[in-house]
Amino acid sequence: MAIKTIPPSRGPVKTSGRDRAERKLAFRMTAPSLVIMALVAAVPIGYAIWLSLNQYSVRTAGLSRFVGLENYVTALASREWWAAFGQTFLFAGLSVSLELILGTAMALLLNLAFKGRAVLRTVVLLPYAIITVVSAITWQTMFQPNMGLVTNVLSTLGLPGGDVVWLGEHGYAMAVIVMADVWKTTPFAALIILAGLQVISAETYEAAELDGASKWQTFVNITLPLLRPAIVLAAIFRTMDALRVFDLPFVLTRGANGTESMSMLAYTQLRENRLVGEGSALSILTFLTVMVVSVIYVRFAGGNIRDVAKEEQ
Amino acid sequence: MSTLIAERPTAELASRPKAPKRRLRGESKLHPLVWVFVVAVMAFSLIPFYWLVNTSLKKGASLSQGELFPSQPTLENYLVVFQNPEFLLALRNSVIIAVVTTTVALVFASFAAYALARLKMRRKAMILTLILSVTTFPAIAIAAPMFSIWREIGLYDTLLGLIIPKLTFALPLAIYTLTSFFKEIPRELEESAYMDGATPFVAFRKVILPLAVPGLATTAILVFISVWNEFLLAVTLTTSPESRPVPVAIAFFSGTSEFDQPLGTISAASVIITVPLVILVLVCQKRIVSGMTAGAVKG
Repeated sequence: MAIKTIPPSRGPVKTSGRDRAERKLAFRMTAPSLVIMALVAAVPIGYAIWLSLNQYSVRTAGLSRFVGLENYVTALASREWWAAFGQTFLFAGLSVSLELILGTAMALLLNLAFKGRAVLRTVVLLPYAIITVVSAITWQTMFQPNMGLVTNVLSTLGLPGGDVVWLGEHGYAMAVIVMADVWKTTPFAALIILAGLQVISAETYEAAELDGASKWQTFVNITLPLLRPAIVLAAIFRTMDALRVFDLPFVLTRGANGTESMSMLAYTQLRENRLVGEGSALSILTFLTVMVVSVIYVRFAGGNIRDVAKEEQ
Repeated sequence: MSTLIAERPTAELASRPKAPKRRLRGESKLHPLVWVFVVAVMAFSLIPFYWLVNTSLKKGASLSQGELFPSQPTLENYLVVFQNPEFLLALRNSVIIAVVTTTVALVFASFAAYALARLKMRRKAMILTLILSVTTFPAIAIAAPMFSIWREIGLYDTLLGLIIPKLTFALPLAIYTLTSFFKEIPRELEESAYMDGATPFVAFRKVILPLAVPGLATTAILVFISVWNEFLLAVTLTTSPESRPVPVAIAFFSGTSEFDQPLGTISAASVIITVPLVILVLVCQKRIVSGMTAGAVKG
């Protein structure tokens, strides 16, 4: 008689039997996916850790020796790693802030009732159809000396930047990469924020209007705070993506002129320089950096993510 | 400053005849500054496209001078691309890789997503967090060891050797998106199936799956686009035209001769692979938007 709290309609024996069958089925239905993900994600990362603890002969295939953490020490003492680290965070900081500001503005526009809104929505979504490599090529054509639209317009107007080889100069090259990223991914941020905007009820705005709040006050004191979860979510998605940046610097600069990212550095050591041990150590360092950032995000800004996780239980 | 008002259903306005007329007009008419902003957003989205197409239609002096409108538009760059056997191989490879990866991911993900959306399960929150965290893994951490493993067992530079690691990111994306779609299906429909004596698995197959066809389609589109777009795994794990997919082929594209400015041809190749995706996005834009934001914000 200890289980008095269970409602009479669901008898204890029957419920636990059905529960057990359901849990069993749930396990069977998730197991294949979890096994595949363990094989294609966990096993390789485990193997990468092993590779990173060894040194491999460049001349004799298969010859290797255990060196412990030496590859990590070398990497962490190198100028290249910290340069790539700084450049990756600079890129992520610049592109994500621009994407959030522009994305919020686009979302507010898309939430207005006006003729042509459908057209705007379609146009805004278009860059999503572009693969990142093509986005890189598109912006290369925009900034190519003599041939590019931006460089030509700048020099016609006599503005600075017209005679600059953008991809060949520090700072300028990073600017082109940031622009290519902002162009392709702002729609994503805008759509997440728009979804958040559409949840805010009209009554909330009417109440503010009755209280005599100005449009600007309404935006700062009502819209933005209510929009915070959506903006944080877009920020998390975009930051995690930006910290992994690879395609854009690969196509535009091959990592030259202050644009090498963490992923690019690891790739170069591994594929171009054939340093398996060092390359693996760098890829594990990249992995750890991204994981630390995601934990910090979820800890300090992502209350809504924990709520979602709780709700699943 | 009547610009930041959220859209309100017109029906609501109609049902309140006392609402001042000024308001109704204010909502459909925008402040001129907002129009400037609308035009700016459109220009920012469209001008780079125009310039890519423009570059692809030019050759020689017309190309190197950067004419705003091609004075002698030519399709020659497109011919060069279509006569390039490596580009055609890359197209074939990309289609195979994207179709197979999407199909496999969708089959396994639909099982997992149903369990996560509907069934009682131990450690559900942990499993979901784990799946979500895989989507944030940097691909280089998978590509680096795969490069070594595949060379050992002979899967390096093969299509299968690319499909397997691409599942790492396709599967969690599919599970995450499908889970939120399955949750939207009303529970009453399953309950009535249970009344008729169906087991949860039969309810899944006979009730949920048919109802989830739009959600499955949306997920398929999103996974397809993401697999098609993926670059790092593709460039690390392939080396020959026989297995290179489109993004890698374009990144390594060069002109017909040493003296050609290859940007015209590269632009043409870019346009060719972008057009089908643009059509896909235009036709399925409602689906894509609902999929991208599924589960993102609770409505």
